[in-house]
Amino acid sequence: MSTPYAKLPAWADYGLIPLINLSVAFIVAGFVVMLVGENPFRAAVILVEGAFGKGTGIAFTLFYATTFIFTGLSVAVAAHCGLFNIGTEGQAYIAGLGIAIVCLSFDSTLPWWLTFPLAIVASALVGALWALIPAYLQAKRGSHIVITTIMFNFIAASIMVYLLVGPLKPAGSQAPQTRNFLAGAELPKLNWIIELFGAKIRSAPLNICFLLALAMAFLVWLLIWRTRLGYEMRTYGHSPKAARYAGISETRIIITAMMISGALAGMMALNPVMGDQHNVAIDFVSGAGFVGIAVALMGRLHPVGIVLAAILFGMLYQGGAELAFEMPAISRDMIVIIQGLVILFAGALEHMFRPYIQALFASFSPKSVGMQAVNGKGA
Amino acid sequence: MDIFNAIIQVLDSTIRLSVPLLLACLAGLYSERAGIFDIGLEGKMLVGAFAGAAAASVFHSALIGLGMAVLISVAFALVHGFASITHRGNQIVSGVAINFVAAGSTIILGQAWFQQGGRTPALQPGERFEAIIWPGADAARDVPIIGPIYAELISGHSILVYFAFAMVPFTWWVLFRTRFGLRLRAVGENPAAVDTAGISVAWLRYRALICTGILTGFAGAYLSMVQNGGFVKDMTAGKGYIALAALIFAKWKPVNAMFACLLFGFLDAASIRLQGTPLPIVGKVSVQFMQALPYVLTVILLAGFIGKAIPPRAGGVPYVKER
Repeated sequence: MSTPYAKLPAWADYGLIPLINLSVAFIVAGFVVMLVGENPFRAAVILVEGAFGKGTGIAFTLFYATTFIFTGLSVAVAAHCGLFNIGTEGQAYIAGLGIAIVCLSFDSTLPWWLTFPLAIVASALVGALWALIPAYLQAKRGSHIVITTIMFNFIAASIMVYLLVGPLKPAGSQAPQTRNFLAGAELPKLNWIIELFGAKIRSAPLNICFLLALAMAFLVWLLIWRTRLGYEMRTYGHSPKAARYAGISETRIIITAMMISGALAGMMALNPVMGDQHNVAIDFVSGAGFVGIAVALMGRLHPVGIVLAAILFGMLYQGGAELAFEMPAISRDMIVIIQGLVILFAGALEHMFRPYIQALFASFSPKSVGMQAVNGKGA
Repeated sequence: MDIFNAIIQVLDSTIRLSVPLLLACLAGLYSERAGIFDIGLEGKMLVGAFAGAAAASVFHSALIGLGMAVLISVAFALVHGFASITHRGNQIVSGVAINFVAAGSTIILGQAWFQQGGRTPALQPGERFEAIIWPGADAARDVPIIGPIYAELISGHSILVYFAFAMVPFTWWVLFRTRFGLRLRAVGENPAAVDTAGISVAWLRYRALICTGILTGFAGAYLSMVQNGGFVKDMTAGKGYIALAALIFAKWKPVNAMFACLLFGFLDAASIRLQGTPLPIVGKVSVQFMQALPYVLTVILLAGFIGKAIPPRAGGVPYVKER
């Protein structure tokens, strides 16, 4: 999509504007806190303290961040190709099935360091396959990917509920979940890293998936900015017409991008399933796929930004739990509002403050916004 | 006779379950025909449901509740318009944002105002829309065949049900027989042409979104003030998305929309009714399968296997006035 806006210096484009958008989102969230009758500044202090005040808090924050890095990358990869993958939620959910099959078959025979790679492959594969059908329909039949992926979220949820109350549930159990995995499918914790810095940790689910997530962030950066495929994806995302003219196969690029996106979404399931709960339960994704949209938009689709945004959302999740404890009027759902506001201001309204900032820049230094051309032709 | 009664009951709940879908689907029809994708139907219904139930129970009046539902829902629609028309933001992103803000704020405000775990107080008689018994319905009940149809299917619904079905021909008339409708459809197909004719594209799209807001407000009010005597958190439970599916299924036409919603409502009603009972030929059908069916059908339709669904051409594209 062509942006009818003039250029700004890079630091303003990638630093200042996101920061302003984010601040506005939090200011509006602060008003909601006031509406509920609490003090937004005290709420913010409790939130940050809960997330970073103690070692356990930090570990939880990073645990949540791990999940959001995966989903954020998933949304971002598709977005670079001009596709809105709103199906991250469903792709991650159904990937739980792949993990369940691997873990339930091998957890008694193999050690974790063999089960883990198998589970990574299974989760990525199932996630990718779940993205394949919408991608194929978009590429070949022109059905809108947003609608099909929404439909696939619901279909995934139905399948998982069916399996978890039926075939996957151990006999004699009431809870809609698989049996608990044995030691062979439990991932090692990473809490010792934080303990190196002298903090004490009671028990927190931060696990080796965090490193996998960081590795994936690096790989995504490599893919998007350092490979031919990534270049083609960005070309297609910028202008499908130009891509077609350059001889890039539309079908191939859409399907590849969506499958990579689906694979990343699928890997998200490893973190809660193998790292924390040690079973596959109903609704274990619990909205993390949608958080990925906010994370990707806030991180401006760049892996570094996504990791930072994921940590911010991890902080909101962990700190939000503490906040709910201290201020009963504010439950965890406050985060859902913040999430929505971030998507609104950093996503849909990302250009709202741009003209003002442009005017500001132009008044200081006309060159920085490319004003010299204006005298001759119109911008 | 048992089977006949069972059928009547299923059809009766089909009507009840399809009304919120129908209202939301027609709401989406206005905005999508004007070229604004709206996946925020879900969120607008939810805020409508909350505002309706909250206002009705505070002011002890169903009408004030309905008014509030419409007002808040329209306000959310205008936010969508502000982002996607005025600031030319991504319409899908804006819709997603609205859904989240709605989901979170209804729970937080509900808990803060009423302290019932995100619920609003149970609505008293007078605070909700009551069923209207048509003249002679009770007397006719014993007449074979026609009696139960009259008494159960036609009579005995609340005013909002009749309103929803009346909106179908009305929407058709507005879209296809009025100047406003012609322009609204034109702005969804070729906004540049409308602009050339000297009509404001932005204002037309805003008006379309206001219509959307009004109808999602009614849909929300139906959920919390008719179907359920109060607001429960996340009570839309994906109905906004089913309505969206129905809209595609109906190929953006009002009368088709009614049939699509009735079909999806019927699937829902049948899945409740058939829970655990085996069917002839196919055997026992799982509830999850029935629940997934609307989505599966929509995907199949989108794939082009049941005719082709062609969306309005300018849908999803912000209009940039040429200079």
